[in-house]
Amino acid sequence: MLNVSEMKKSLLVSIWFMFLTFPIMVIRVNPIEKIVEWRWGNMFLVGIGSFILSFIWRYFIRQKESGLKKVEMGEKIIPFFEKLRSGDSIYLRSLCMTLSCAAAVFPFVFSTYQTTIMTTVLMYVVLGLGLNIVVGLAGLLDLGYVAFYAVGAYSYALLNYHFGLGFWTVLPLGAVLGAFFGILLGFPVLRLRGDYLAIVTLGFGEIIRLVLENWNEFSFGPSGIANIPRPSFLGIQFSLQQATVYQYFLTIGLALCTIFVVNRLQDSRIGRAWIALREDETACQAMGVDKVRTKLRAFALGATWAGMVGVMFAAKTTFINPASFTFIESALILSIVVLGGMGSVPGVVIGACILILLPEYLRAFTEFRMLLFGAILVLMMVFRPQGIISNVRRTYELKGVPGRTLRD
Amino acid sequence: MEYFLQLLLGGLTRGSIYALIALGYTMVYGIIELINFAHGEIYMIGAFTALIMSSVLTLYGFNEVSIIVLSSLIALIYSSAYGFTVEKIAYKPLRGAPRLSPLISAIGMSIFLQNYVLLAQTSDFLPFPTLIPEFNFMKNYEHVFGSTELVIVVTTVLVMILLTILIKFTKIGRAMRATAQDKKMAMLVGINVNKIISVTFIIGSVMAAIGGILIASHIGQINFYIGFIAGIKAFTAAVLGGIGSIPGAVLGGFVLGWTESFATGYVSSDYEDVFAFALLVLILIFRPEGILGKSSSQKV
Amino acid sequence: MKCMMNTSLLTCILMVVMTVTLSCTKPESQPLKVGVAGPHSGDLASYGLPSVKAAELVINETNDKGGILGRRIELLIEDDVCKPELATNTATKLVSQSVHIVLGHICSGATKAALGIYKDSNVPVISPSATNPDLTQSGDYPNFFRTIASDDAQAKLEVDFALDVLKLKKIAVLHDKGDYGKGLAEFVKGFIENSGRAELVLYEGITPGAVDYSAVVQKINLSGADAVIFGGYHPEASKIVMLMRKKKMDTIFISDDGVKDITFIKIAGEYAEGVYATGPKDVSMNPLAVKANEAHKKTYGSDPGAFFLNAYAAAQALLNAIEKSGSTDYAKVTHALRTEYVETPLGKIRFDDKGDAIGVGFSMFQVKHGRYVEIN
Repeated sequence: MLNVSEMKKSLLVSIWFMFLTFPIMVIRVNPIEKIVEWRWGNMFLVGIGSFILSFIWRYFIRQKESGLKKVEMGEKIIPFFEKLRSGDSIYLRSLCMTLSCAAAVFPFVFSTYQTTIMTTVLMYVVLGLGLNIVVGLAGLLDLGYVAFYAVGAYSYALLNYHFGLGFWTVLPLGAVLGAFFGILLGFPVLRLRGDYLAIVTLGFGEIIRLVLENWNEFSFGPSGIANIPRPSFLGIQFSLQQATVYQYFLTIGLALCTIFVVNRLQDSRIGRAWIALREDETACQAMGVDKVRTKLRAFALGATWAGMVGVMFAAKTTFINPASFTFIESALILSIVVLGGMGSVPGVVIGACILILLPEYLRAFTEFRMLLFGAILVLMMVFRPQGIISNVRRTYELKGVPGRTLRD
Repeated sequence: MEYFLQLLLGGLTRGSIYALIALGYTMVYGIIELINFAHGEIYMIGAFTALIMSSVLTLYGFNEVSIIVLSSLIALIYSSAYGFTVEKIAYKPLRGAPRLSPLISAIGMSIFLQNYVLLAQTSDFLPFPTLIPEFNFMKNYEHVFGSTELVIVVTTVLVMILLTILIKFTKIGRAMRATAQDKKMAMLVGINVNKIISVTFIIGSVMAAIGGILIASHIGQINFYIGFIAGIKAFTAAVLGGIGSIPGAVLGGFVLGWTESFATGYVSSDYEDVFAFALLVLILIFRPEGILGKSSSQKV
Repeated sequence: MKCMMNTSLLTCILMVVMTVTLSCTKPESQPLKVGVAGPHSGDLASYGLPSVKAAELVINETNDKGGILGRRIELLIEDDVCKPELATNTATKLVSQSVHIVLGHICSGATKAALGIYKDSNVPVISPSATNPDLTQSGDYPNFFRTIASDDAQAKLEVDFALDVLKLKKIAVLHDKGDYGKGLAEFVKGFIENSGRAELVLYEGITPGAVDYSAVVQKINLSGADAVIFGGYHPEASKIVMLMRKKKMDTIFISDDGVKDITFIKIAGEYAEGVYATGPKDVSMNPLAVKANEAHKKTYGSDPGAFFLNAYAAAQALLNAIEKSGSTDYAKVTHALRTEYVETPLGKIRFDDKGDAIGVGFSMFQVKHGRYVEIN
């Protein structure tokens, strides 16, 4: 691997990057004081760093290409998770058992902080699964998903503030309101496709946020709503630590419920209609699927979960303001879905774990946190674009006709 | 009437900037059907490089004209180098991947570049030197339309004309159009598609950097975050005009600029962005492919 | 399966035992933990990072002298990106690390979200920049203190100045839609309307980071306002002032503490001349402020950023309270914060029962010859 042409390539790369990062990394100006600072050390570091990284980069690219070739040659690569599922079911069962045991004892073993983080992860799992319905199953790229999350959060905060409604009353209401707004967004965008849809949903998300920001009489504007009560249990109010544990289990309940429903939905008539719609709209319509209703159902069902998580979110932070519902949040949820593997439930769970835990534990390098986050998104996509756990299509063997398979 | 004129010209200035950035989005989309989310960051890097270079040159005692020319030139070179590198790292390995993957990669790249500038430079706003001189003949009109605004609009128009010539009448332009129409076919007739894609990224980045330098000297200060908002707005403009269409991007930029300007002027700037996005939704409902986009019937 | 359960149970027990033993070690030998929370990345980082630097300077100085109460001080720096949901995580993390006192958070929204958690864990919090009046006036947060004036106090000063001193008749109010800027602007609007002496000709929010503000500037021009009162931070303020002056408008510009920053003058240059801004009483003569600014320049090689002196004062106040009360006990520390005066760059301060600083005088400043001059 370390032959001359490789060295030459890496050398070129390193020179290129030294050139590229020169103004930003080496020079630092202070135009106010008229001081220019030269940081030649950085140039040296960039050179060495990119020299080494370019070897690693090429190595992985080659790995990836040889993997692709194998697929083209007809070799079947069974993903790890699929092996797990199709293979001995004991493995799967024991894995599930361990996971559920771990989840059950988690809040008693680790600190409140860890429990809070885990609750956040679980909330994003539900959000990811909800968005997965819209993006992964129905193939409608939604960049404004956070709007429904905001709807849920504000419905709890406002209903509680004005009418004193409790968490358990608002939770279903939040779901209904989420679904309502999902349909509201769904109607105008029915005709749109692909990237037009993406930008309109992005606009919709921004409009909701801006209205919350500007309409003081309704939403209290940017100063937000404070003192939102945490969820109670049969009228008992908990201390902070107890409430954290209680919420942790509530979120686990919600996440399990979502996983169950989404799994069922995937295999139902609606789920198939969504997948068909994603693959080919025209053919799907020709087969007699009602496009309008199928799309609206996707938006409504996706938004339902966001509405519910919104309610939980408001109850968890006890304070909300429009700053929590920016476009970046939508991008984060979308990244969870895509990183994990579109349409795959375990993928979304793992995606949420990575994207929420990573920035949280990278706090040690506070400053470099977001930098690494961005870099990881890019690297993940370059080396594993199908996501961590790719959704394996179900295949049916037709009995009596050897070798022929049908795919759905 | 004067007020109307002021808003109209203000909208024109703002629209010019949107148009310059939107061109990058639309060209890239036309060729590889990718929303290049990192494009706004290229605009920011262009402005930053110009700021850094002009400060350095000022310190070494260059005269004004050479500062303007040199720092703009270096900024253009660097931003196109960044555009080129971003494509090679974040998008090229993803040809043929699922449609959403390059989008996520682009979002990642955008976050990366923002934080790269934040860490290597500063989080504060920096004053941007007034690179554009004040013209004497504009003195009487300054309350309506300043010299900087004039330069912005004129530059934009010039750049548009040059770009149209490039795309319509040169060999490379023809190759770009061919690639946009059908990549495989273009390859068959001997076009180096990878090279064309790189060229597209470079041209788009140059436009963005021009926009960056112009607006930074108009507004007078920059920080690492300016690319994000401008990027989203420009992307809206590109979709508004019909993504993939070059005149569409320009028109979309102006329409968006005017909408915002008039919405602020006659209604309220509270809802400036709401108007912009509402207009987008309305246009797309009634004309889903954008103002100048070609309505393509889907192939079965 | 059974075996696995047993192992995990064993691990649990082991972990619990370990935590207990660890937490039983002598508290006196352990360092004193001071949390610093605020936005250290993202678009608002420039308001959070100066506080970190202020805390570092104060605490390093104290540590060099041997700490306080014989204990060294350890800084726990946590980023909340000014988002309420991250602020709760940050707060829980700091509380889990059994922090004794917190300097932060920066944004009012994030502060509100985090305060509940600190309150339940009896951690006193001093913010250098959260100005929302509710934080102190609602009485919900007895553990909260701040070294900055609340929005309504600043708004009152601005309006009184505009009406009584400048005798203005037509006023336009702008804000940046943020929780600081809009909160302030709402109060200004209320005070103007209640006074009945001036007309509110325009009330608008601008979008921070927007590409251009000329439309809103033209609107101010059309409204015929004598003055603009702006709620927000200096980047937007300088953009608007520069555009107004370039358009040959001589409308008076009055703003707040977020604008009374030397960066504003340096960026806006000659256009900044004549701008009014409220801020803590002139401290440029205060030897402590001079010292703090110089220390910053020496250590970090640049001028301090926003809220640096407020954070510096907050850090001194919290260390002083611990030293005077002789412990880290919640009741004693908060009592000391309320009773013991401390010399800070902002003057000699203590906190009132609600948590607002006493001794931080506020006055109006005007830019004259490239610097802020106090108006008496």
